[in-house]
Amino acid sequence: MNQTAEIVAPQQDQPLVQVSGLEVRFKSPDRTVHAVNGVDLTLKRGEILTILGESGSGKSVTLRTLMRLLPERRTQLKGQVSVDGRDVLAMPQRELRRFRGRTAAMIFQEPMLAFDPVFTIGQQIAETVCRHEGVSHKEGLARALELFELVRIPSARRRLANYPHELSGGMSQRAMIALALSCRPRLLLADEPTTALDATVQIQILLLLRELQRELDMSVIFVTHDMGVANEISDRIAVMYGGRIVETGKVGEIIAQPRHPYTLGLMNSRASGELKGQRLEAIPGSPPDLATLPSGCAFAPRCPYAIDTCHDSVPIAHTIEGQHWAACHRLEQTQP
Amino acid sequence: MMKLEQNSLGMASTVLPSRDRGGLAQPLLSVRGLHKHFIIQKSGFGQQAKRVHAVDGVDFDVMKGETLGIVGESGCGKSTTARLLMRLLTPDSGELVFDGDTVGARGGISLREMRRQVQMVFQNSYASLNPRMSIEDSIAFGPEVHGLKRTEARKRARKLLDQVGLAPNLYANRYPHELSGGQRQRVNIARALALEPRLMILDEAVSALDKSVEAQVLNLLVDLKQEYGLTYLFISHDLNVVRYISDRVMVMYLGKVAEMGDTEALYEAPAHPYTKALISAMPSMDPNQRTSKAPLAGDPPNPIDLPQGCRFSPRCPVAIDACHIEEPPLAPCGEKHSTACLRAEAVMHDRAQVIATNQELS
Repeated sequence: MNQTAEIVAPQQDQPLVQVSGLEVRFKSPDRTVHAVNGVDLTLKRGEILTILGESGSGKSVTLRTLMRLLPERRTQLKGQVSVDGRDVLAMPQRELRRFRGRTAAMIFQEPMLAFDPVFTIGQQIAETVCRHEGVSHKEGLARALELFELVRIPSARRRLANYPHELSGGMSQRAMIALALSCRPRLLLADEPTTALDATVQIQILLLLRELQRELDMSVIFVTHDMGVANEISDRIAVMYGGRIVETGKVGEIIAQPRHPYTLGLMNSRASGELKGQRLEAIPGSPPDLATLPSGCAFAPRCPYAIDTCHDSVPIAHTIEGQHWAACHRLEQTQP
Repeated sequence: MMKLEQNSLGMASTVLPSRDRGGLAQPLLSVRGLHKHFIIQKSGFGQQAKRVHAVDGVDFDVMKGETLGIVGESGCGKSTTARLLMRLLTPDSGELVFDGDTVGARGGISLREMRRQVQMVFQNSYASLNPRMSIEDSIAFGPEVHGLKRTEARKRARKLLDQVGLAPNLYANRYPHELSGGQRQRVNIARALALEPRLMILDEAVSALDKSVEAQVLNLLVDLKQEYGLTYLFISHDLNVVRYISDRVMVMYLGKVAEMGDTEALYEAPAHPYTKALISAMPSMDPNQRTSKAPLAGDPPNPIDLPQGCRFSPRCPVAIDACHIEEPPLAPCGEKHSTACLRAEAVMHDRAQVIATNQELS
């Protein structure tokens, strides 16, 4: 541990993740999908950032780009992505293999699909450790046991011998977190890891991730569509819409004083007990089609404050306070 | 308030209008002793059959004009209950009484007639529409089967499309894959309404929608309920949405009713420790008051090997010895509020001491 600390120390104040001007397009013969349209993002060491957005907002694509998991042949990438000082988009395959797992690791929504059904969980974690760190299988298994205890799986030794189908939903999500942490990554990417879980299990996993982040001093990027979950887990939130970040700030700023009309709309349309019997302030219309994105602000067709400028030009980010900014032409309309 | 007598679509109909029979005091639907077990391994040579206790003795009433919410985690039997009510599954035992008439029994209401009066909307909006039928045909199909003339049925379909917010001349001839998730769910709602049902079962009907669209569909459901004098059975795992839309809530755990009561009473002072845990497991919306401790450990157990005594006792933080011996019946614990818990009194008034710290189920 000490050794790594020394190596890292000189660049400690540098952000761990720096993304600028990222554009992602998926090409197929008959159409081009503009999934991400200019995303700038920085993540400090030891920070938890949540990307909040609906389906098709580009949140998962952004996350996958950080590990270069997108199909190379059909994907056009533009912009810079650097993680821990290394250029991810320019990395050769060999280096990429070392990078995945050691520097950045990812957990997914469906833990069951992330495991091979014909090997025990213990074997799979041990294999990963052997492969990346060059230790013996026995040491790999010992590390797997350590990891299972780290993610608080009860009777860990017995559980290592289980096959994936023998674990419940919450347990297999814990096992997947253990697998992701097996090579002590600096950056954990989490793609809706609690969406498929039951309510009482979801909160356990969120609390576990928070504890692990502190214990291991990791940085985490967490993707979700659920504002409650974002509030529970994050230090900072970035709201995405139509492939762009429309607002970002500390969790308190986004939840308590949102300024972008889309974030505001999301907050106001939440059903809750207090609104019983009243109509919900729903956002009209539906999310944009990423193949035919409007030329101006992507939210303009649904926005109650939209003027002509909004339909013509894409708004740039305006600082509101400190690190809180929003990309909107009509911010004066949303002043509290 | 109730306009059930009227043909609510305001046009001539050869389908018999649904009639209110017993008056407001008679429940629209009464369910008694509903059981459904799925056998996953047959018995033989001294081995007992392995069975999933999906629904294990459920009794409840749905009153006319109310919205009854059903909440619970996966495997609690909420969706199986819905399918049993529609007879998409045959119950092992149990009685269904629809507005005073026993369903499927001699002298009662026929299954076909019951299905006309009870309609269902499912979670997966795409899978529940026929991909080879246009939207208009899909909606008109039901009334035609029930004897409405083709032209009449189409007229009704167009009127309903308009009512759920899809302009008929733009959408009537489209196919399901040409619509977004929210639009498809509107079509499903229109199709359910086409038979002029009195009871709508909404099984996670808004769960797959984006948050910004979810609110639109909830608003639509509230409007339609008022306009047609409908009764809803609203099944969801989202406690916020259930609280918003329901008049009464039923909480299920492992195939049984854990607690039932008026929404606000139940959310304010839950009497069952499971309900309490569910409510405190909801992610907080206040950045200064994040959750610091998970209310329950472990996952909901599978409904194959049920624990002895109260089904919740192995996970329950306030269980006493008696809880592990006998299963408590559903008993009143307040006005129109009942629960199946021996320690309800203590839980309701926050006096129950946490006796056992949560043990992980393994």
